[in-house]
Amino acid sequence: MAAFTATVTVRLKSGVLDPEAATTQRALERLEFDLEDLRFADRYEIDLDAADADAAAERAESMAERLLANPTIHDYDVEVEQRE
Amino acid sequence: MTVAIIRFGGSNCDRDALRALEHLDADAEIVWYEDGLPENTTGIVLPGGFSYGDYLRAGAMAARTPIMQEVREAAAEGTPVLGICNGAQICAEVGLVPGAFTVNESARFQCEPVHLRVEDADTPFTRGFEEGDVIELPIAHGEGRYEARPGTFDDLVEEEKVLFRYCDADGNVTDEANPNGSKDNVAGVTGGCENTAGTSSGEPSLAGACENAAVLMPHPERAVLPELGGTDGRRILEGLTG
Repeated sequence: MAAFTATVTVRLKSGVLDPEAATTQRALERLEFDLEDLRFADRYEIDLDAADADAAAERAESMAERLLANPTIHDYDVEVEQRE
Repeated sequence: MTVAIIRFGGSNCDRDALRALEHLDADAEIVWYEDGLPENTTGIVLPGGFSYGDYLRAGAMAARTPIMQEVREAAAEGTPVLGICNGAQICAEVGLVPGAFTVNESARFQCEPVHLRVEDADTPFTRGFEEGDVIELPIAHGEGRYEARPGTFDDLVEEEKVLFRYCDADGNVTDEANPNGSKDNVAGVTGGCENTAGTSSGEPSLAGACENAAVLMPHPERAVLPELGGTDGRRILEGLTG
């Protein structure tokens, strides 16, 4: 077994309206920042022990499928790094 | 015979639902989610509120509690299930109905009366209405915008699973009458309860869908006592009492 950190990033599918991002963008513009667009994502950093990186990624993907993301509105990706 | 109103940590419309059902002379009781469904359950309400503080997504945590598996099984066996507001979000998260309820287009919590057009009068929850009837119910939500994948949504419309649409007082379904940006003004749907995985791993297919589960964001239980301004919610709740 080895120690890993799996980072799961959950974001809205392209084309799904994101009112919070739009509000945040307007607030930045009110502060006179110049920007084209702004997207919002949730990032989960999950420490876990697994036989190898593939097994760690598989478990994190399962977490995303079953809880962290809602497939109707979300896409997600998983990255795994060895943890010291 | 009892209508089980399931209380989660953070439910806050459970007592309203109880009061409304008692007013309709229904046997009803509040059931703590850890206690499981009573054996004599003949109807189920998932009430409004903010279960688990809307952590992660509204309804996400409550949807993964063991009692929701019991609710799915009961629905599959023919027990009517009504998800109201947070209960609607929970039912969508658990796959009892297709789609998802997410952040209002306004990004604000909205608390106001709305008009709804009855789109399908052939369900236990709408059989007291005629298709095209316009009713008034209050909404109170921050995450009520209905979203569904395009293919799922087309099936939903085609198979007449849309129960209510937001409309104006004359029954016109317009953008102006849509309080939260819901796809195609959808305010309530019925669903499939037999063939979903019980997780959010895939959207429920509508094949074999049953109409025992219905959800809506507006609050019928707040429109039962005439003192509170309207009684249009009665006929919806009567779907639980047969």
